[in-house]
Amino acid sequence: MKGFYSRKLHSLLGVIPLGFFILEHMITNFSAVEGGEQGFKDSVVWINSLPLVLILEIFGIWLPLLYHGVYGTYIALQAKPNNGRFRHERNLRYLLQRVTGVIALFFIGWHIWETRVQVALGNVTHEELGGLIHDIVSQPVFFMIYLISVLAVSFHFTNGLWSFMVSWGITIGPRAQRVSSYICMGLFVIVAVMFTWSLFVFRGMEFEASGTAMLHTLKTVIG
Amino acid sequence: MAEITTAAKKVKLIVTRQDAPESAPYTEEFELNYRPGMNVISALMEIQRNPVNAKGDHTVPVCWEFNCLEEVCGACSMVINGKPRQACAALVDKLEQPIRIEPMKTFPVVRDLIIDRSRMFNALKRVKAWIPIDGTYDLGPGPRMPEKKRQWAYELSKCMTCGVCLEACPNVNEKTNFIGPAAISQVRLFNAHPTGEMNAEERLEALMEDGGIEGCGNSQNCVRACPKGIPLTTSIAEMNKQTTKHMFKRWLTS
Repeated sequence: MKGFYSRKLHSLLGVIPLGFFILEHMITNFSAVEGGEQGFKDSVVWINSLPLVLILEIFGIWLPLLYHGVYGTYIALQAKPNNGRFRHERNLRYLLQRVTGVIALFFIGWHIWETRVQVALGNVTHEELGGLIHDIVSQPVFFMIYLISVLAVSFHFTNGLWSFMVSWGITIGPRAQRVSSYICMGLFVIVAVMFTWSLFVFRGMEFEASGTAMLHTLKTVIG
Repeated sequence: MAEITTAAKKVKLIVTRQDAPESAPYTEEFELNYRPGMNVISALMEIQRNPVNAKGDHTVPVCWEFNCLEEVCGACSMVINGKPRQACAALVDKLEQPIRIEPMKTFPVVRDLIIDRSRMFNALKRVKAWIPIDGTYDLGPGPRMPEKKRQWAYELSKCMTCGVCLEACPNVNEKTNFIGPAAISQVRLFNAHPTGEMNAEERLEALMEDGGIEGCGNSQNCVRACPKGIPLTTSIAEMNKQTTKHMFKRWLTS
């Protein structure tokens, strides 16, 4: 396929469907914050009760992910960063987009192996996934890896959304690109906070208690 | 005469030199007498007049290119203190010393600071950056250009193919065949022209070829480095829009 189309497809798949899946995953995880262990279990059961779930997974997640990851690695390897000579924010984001992309690829590969592949092999059930993640993130080293990775994924997605809008000719002038930059970085904060919060809740021994308590405190503070 | 008051002040230069296209680069230091209003070109001219390096050894004068001396021809582009720019517009008073001068290594180095910018001119040929008006008979006057459009198109026409945007771009390197920001902006310029617009699709299709517009990685260094202040990233985004539209149009109408 010609470079123009393969790059366009790469950019599109990053938002549709992968971006949507990240948001969906974020909401599923956050159900652990809101509803504790049971809430998370219910969300996992609900998502797996969708019709044709395997087809959705193959065409909505696995194939786009494989393409985006492989082609993205190719893009990352072609870069010759010059952030020492050109120190400004957009150039830093150019570098971070490539670094976080590579982190995301390794992390997601490993994460799928631990969860989805183990379910497919019959080593773990959907209901046990919450406990499995609890066991993983309870170990400080793995917790740090998860924390860095979810921040990297959140950045890669939200900054990628910004460059998607440039690459598809949606945001053209400097003002439009600045405004979309604020919006995307705002989205980064939201996505990063929600993923991180869920991680802390998964880590808690009694994950319903700590999570809901924090949420209730926040709700009281807000209003 | 002015030379009396400032005679003691020195200017130190560290020049990256290369004797031939394939030979290894090396640095040579020079120490010159300061003169008010000096720029990098006049410093290099001083070396040409008196080719003695900082150690006091006689050496071969440094080679470089220049024409206009007023930042409109683009010939004297080089990397000065890490920044690609025109040597004629680089005033010694405004530079940190020692002044480090290197060739723009994104391009093949011919000798010392002389680089070969052929790839830029080939890129202009590739995207057909001209307006075809020749015919076998008088085609008459073309359509008029609206004044509002002329104003922004004029900014794009200031491009002097100097190569600074390519040097600044992290995606223009030996691993890619990315055409670079300058030619993309020229497509926008020639497609904005009322007569040039008649061949707009040919230029868009040239940008959709391998190494075309898809090579942009949005680092936006080009727009910050451009000495003429050309809105290169706006041009790239506008061409992203037009090539995307053209892609759908081709799919749906062919």
